[in-house]
Amino acid sequence: MRPDLTVRLGSWEAPNPVLTAAGCAGTGRELAPFCDLSRIGAVTTKSVMIEPRAGNPMPRMAETPSGMVSALGLQGPGIDVLVQRDLPWLVSQGARAIVSLAGSGPQEYSELAHRLDGLSICAVEVNLSCVNPASQGRRFAHEPAEAAAVVRAVRDATAGDVPVFAKLAVDGVDLRELAEACVTAGADGLSLINTVRGLAVNIDTRRLAVAGGSEQGGLSGPAIRPIALAAVHDVHATVPDVPIIGMGGVRSGTDVMEFMLAGASAVAVGTAIVHDPGAGERILREFTEGLERRGIERAADLVGAAHGGNE
Amino acid sequence: MSDFRPVQVRVPVLSVRHMDSYHAITVVAPSIAERFRSGQFVAVAVGGEHSSMLLRRVFSIHDVKPDFGGTVEFVFSERGNGTEWLAERRARDLLDVVGPLGRPFPLPRDPVNCALVGEEQGAAALFPLANTLRRRGCRVDFALGGATADRVLGTAQARRLGETVSVATGDGSAGTRGGVLDLVSRLIETSRTEVVYASAPVPVLRSVAAVAEKYDIPAQVRVEEAMACGTGVCMGCVVPVVGEDGITRMARACVDGPVFRAERLRFGDVGTIPFDALGAPGWKSAVEDTAVREAG
Ligand SMILES: Cc1cc2nc3c(=O)[nH]c(=O)nc-3n(C[C@H](O)[C@H](O)[C@H](O)COP(=O)(O)OP(=O)(O)OC[C@H]3O[C@@H](n4cnc5c(N)ncnc54)[C@H](O)[C@@H]3O)c2cc1C
Ligand SMILES: Cc1cc2nc3c(=O)[nH]c(=O)nc-3n(C[C@H](O)[C@H](O)[C@H](O)COP(=O)(O)O)c2cc1C
Ligand code: FES
Repeated sequence: MRPDLTVRLGSWEAPNPVLTAAGCAGTGRELAPFCDLSRIGAVTTKSVMIEPRAGNPMPRMAETPSGMVSALGLQGPGIDVLVQRDLPWLVSQGARAIVSLAGSGPQEYSELAHRLDGLSICAVEVNLSCVNPASQGRRFAHEPAEAAAVVRAVRDATAGDVPVFAKLAVDGVDLRELAEACVTAGADGLSLINTVRGLAVNIDTRRLAVAGGSEQGGLSGPAIRPIALAAVHDVHATVPDVPIIGMGGVRSGTDVMEFMLAGASAVAVGTAIVHDPGAGERILREFTEGLERRGIERAADLVGAAHGGNE
Repeated sequence: MSDFRPVQVRVPVLSVRHMDSYHAITVVAPSIAERFRSGQFVAVAVGGEHSSMLLRRVFSIHDVKPDFGGTVEFVFSERGNGTEWLAERRARDLLDVVGPLGRPFPLPRDPVNCALVGEEQGAAALFPLANTLRRRGCRVDFALGGATADRVLGTAQARRLGETVSVATGDGSAGTRGGVLDLVSRLIETSRTEVVYASAPVPVLRSVAAVAEKYDIPAQVRVEEAMACGTGVCMGCVVPVVGEDGITRMARACVDGPVFRAERLRFGDVGTIPFDALGAPGWKSAVEDTAVREAG
């Protein structure tokens, strides 16, 4: 018997728990030749801002053991292009879209959320790793109160039946406190984790291997998976009823199980897509086969099952 | 209608051989071979299934043959961990290859005289192009360069395909001593070149483009910026390119390129975000300035 793959993400029921992570699927068009976008749970867009943005200079990426350090600087065409060009295309392909928002304050996030009004999207993800200009280069996620203000602004500006996920990073924060602040402010779910601060140096040029510098370089890929799992585990223990989209180094179907057992309701695949453009469908297939092999009838039964018992 | 969308395939290695100081790997990949157009490249996963090397390594497609349903060859030199691993592959090993990727060289409508300029590994992309141009009745002349004689890729092949072949090496071990650029002016004059195709590091491309401009002939340049995915999803490979509308955008070398019309690429600003690029910190005031100037 084929297992039931559906999972609940707040008011949205996803057909299966394998999503793409923000910024790792292009506009969707680049990925479409390699992965049937209508098969995977959802495509998360690159974090979109109001205005077009050119991002950081090159070099933007460096390979590290089982990971990569990137400093992209949120290059993107702005919300108008997303709404007029990219979202309709995703919908026409039968893909389900989660839109990731990036702004410089509650006002801007709110404006972005308003522009999504009436569009067919499955969820909104609030990227809280953006620099808060009002706070000396700190990020919204560094101050629970600031993060909460952003989440509230987006929740207020988003239709009630569209869940809002707050995306957190683990650097320099008390994750449980931050998660609680976001949930209290109205987040329907949490996305964990964004890239982990990291650096690589090019010994030939004697320069940092990514031009964005140590403040902006972020490590992703399997190298951060244990960190991400711990984050998912801790946050699930803190707010057990809040759905979590887990991410950070997911590369195989068994990784999906690991994340779900630790407390994620769904997982997102990021760097693995850079490495293997077919990763989305492959991981979904591996995950499904893994459930079948173990006689697990419902994917949702995995969520949080590693909690309790042996603690 | 032909399908030009790239594919991801696990394909067997047919052969590995040496070509001067390069390695040439041929894989059996009909689906890539049948889609291929000159100038495109492949992105290869290195290190095996559980590799810790997560970025794809990209290589120009050097040759495509109908053998075994369609084989694809790429040529590379050992540089770091990934290419060292590739150099150890043997016949029947499997490779995970994505391709063909990138925008191909645009081809002239009429039979014209073409100069093909390549330095070191950059030259690899020029050979399928030369074949295609020849089939269309174009005259093809090669200018090839490299640090040393064994770094000049494909001289023998160029002799078969080209009307003339000129070679320059940094140490003078083959052809004239110097860079490939030193050959270009003479080549343009002696062979009445009408189009230049160049594939080389950006500083060389920049100079070649300047020479082409001096002679008022179009140049198509092919960049080799470092790439992580090759498919366009990661935004890791951007160069500043002026669009038809006059606005500079940070274009992805892998999917918006790697071939660009020389006058569209802002060579001097590669590696930077020009202040007036769309979405750069100063771009709005730059757009307003232009508007004011045009209105005034
Ligand atoms: C469009 C394009 C076509 C290319 N065609 C060829 C070819 O036909 N033959 C050939 O020998 N080389 C070619 N290169 C360069 C080739 O991709 C690199 O030499 C190779 O990736 C180095 O890998 P490595 O594991 O040995 O080096 P490492 O230093 O271990 O690589 C680490 C990372 O840096 C990137 N990188 C390192 N050096 C370069 C470089 N010089 N250029 C671009 N990326 C680099 C790698 O892709 C990888 O992501 C091409 C590059 C591009 C962008
Ligand atoms: C190329 C790339 C682009 C990314 N862009 C974004 C982005 O726009 N917004 C965001 O919230 N996270 C972004 N991320 C972070 C990922 O969504 C993800 O949280 C992180 O990479 C961990 O997952 P992974 O290890 O599977 O990549 C990006 C990551 C990468 C590698
Ligand atoms: S290499 Fe990833 S977008 Fe070009």
